[in-house]
Amino acid sequence: MITAGIDCGSQNTKGAVMKDGKVIATALLPTEFDADLAAQRVYEKALSEAGIKKDDVDRLIITGIGRDIVKWGDGDINEVGAAAKGARFAFPDTDTVIDMGADSCRVIRLNEDGTILKYEVNDKCASGAGTFIEAMARALQITTEEMGDYSLRHTKELATNAQCVVFAESEVISLIHAKESREDIAYGVHMGIANRVASMIRRVGLTDKFTMIGGPAFNKGLVSCMSKVFGREIRVPENNQYLSAIGAAIYGTEN
Amino acid sequence: MAEIEKVDYWRWTESNWKNPDIPDWHGSLITAGVDIGSTSTQAVILVDGVPYAYSNMRTGSNSPDSAIGAINWAMKDTGLTLEDITYTIGTGYGRVNVPFSNKTVTEITCHAKGANYIYGPTVRTILDMGGQDCKAIHCDEKGTVTSFMMNDKCAAGTGRGMEVIANLLAVRVEEIGEMSFKVDEEPAPVSSTCVIFAKSEATKLMRAGWTKEKVLAAYCHAMALRVVRLLERNGMELDFAITGGIAKNVGVTRRIEKIMGVTALSPKMDTQIAGALVAALLAKEFVEKKKAKG
Repeated sequence: MITAGIDCGSQNTKGAVMKDGKVIATALLPTEFDADLAAQRVYEKALSEAGIKKDDVDRLIITGIGRDIVKWGDGDINEVGAAAKGARFAFPDTDTVIDMGADSCRVIRLNEDGTILKYEVNDKCASGAGTFIEAMARALQITTEEMGDYSLRHTKELATNAQCVVFAESEVISLIHAKESREDIAYGVHMGIANRVASMIRRVGLTDKFTMIGGPAFNKGLVSCMSKVFGREIRVPENNQYLSAIGAAIYGTEN
Repeated sequence: MAEIEKVDYWRWTESNWKNPDIPDWHGSLITAGVDIGSTSTQAVILVDGVPYAYSNMRTGSNSPDSAIGAINWAMKDTGLTLEDITYTIGTGYGRVNVPFSNKTVTEITCHAKGANYIYGPTVRTILDMGGQDCKAIHCDEKGTVTSFMMNDKCAAGTGRGMEVIANLLAVRVEEIGEMSFKVDEEPAPVSSTCVIFAKSEATKLMRAGWTKEKVLAAYCHAMALRVVRLLERNGMELDFAITGGIAKNVGVTRRIEKIMGVTALSPKMDTQIAGALVAALLAKEFVEKKKAKG
């Protein structure tokens, strides 16, 4: 059986094709302003990567913000469900999923059999999501990718106060003027985010088997700060950006 | 190659002022107030309790430098030096960073006293809309604070949020208010709270063919609604006055008035200097009390 999943995110659109329980292709493109067009292109890219045609796909499932926009799928699953399925696919014993995107952060608590017990979503404010890290990287005049390494090289426990992205930008600039190092500031920024995610974790209950998915999971500095705050290992699957699309494709095999 | 002029649309105009009716300050009691806000810093100098000079500048990354910069600009062409000022009170979030101050007072106290001084004892509700926070203050007939609420966690509903939108739409921040009324009918407010998300939303609206005016109307409308919620929670009792930088943005103030069905007292002076003015007045009171005690 061949199924596919498309995850339309606020920044990137991701696609995955699965055959008999294995991922055979993935694709990623920026969403930009036309989510429908991005989904079409990602789907074509993933299919050509897999070397198959549209007709070979038994079911295509859509997730993410495109659920209401992309009308040519065979069904859809909400972001929380897709993230839970994707995280369990990567690490079958996962009991807490942290799904961080560009604009939102979700913390999902799972039962032993993978059903969803509770979840928390932060989508009102950019303070606990990828956009926040990007804005801080801009203020520090380094790339978003460099944020992790800078943070890991920190030499002191710098704390930042601002929650709002707009205020945090001013704070970072003040810290630069106060001659704090970029390494320490990057660390302070990540600790701030980790503490905000920690308050979401507390609301769903702290468990042991964490899996983090979504783009910001590539940021080793952020993951290290989160491990420190939770006192737990945070596992990051290799294909973390695609796991919601994979979760959608898995949902396609179930229904 | 053609030069492209880079305009910082958020940059509101800095200003200073000197009272032409006071030719000489020698022999008088000179007091000063310095209000270091997150975004702007003001210094006000009083001669026997009468406003003599003031300055209004942007706060830099170093608060003590901003305080010195503001007082120096206020003293420009007055012949005054710091030694001539008998007593200085610092206020605002950076109040502890005024190197030459003799005392500090919170800006909440200042705004309540300030409204009482400027508008008289009938003022009960003051809305102070600053660069990075928004405060709803309730006071009694003496200008003593009875309750207050503030939002300082999030740029939504603050001057900084307005600056971000000014830059995005390439409209000078001072022009936003008037422009936001140039619409056929009031659009629905932007739905995002977070300024970052509101920016994305505004971009989408522009792409969908909205005019800048309409986007600004939707943004001012959203900001007014947010502030109204704060005012309602703290309690609205007339008379009502608005201070701070956003008080100059009619796009927000008139919408607040309309939603709440009230009319704010019309400003009698630059709304941004209210905090520093009161700090200077309190400085005068303090010196006089000290003298009376001997």
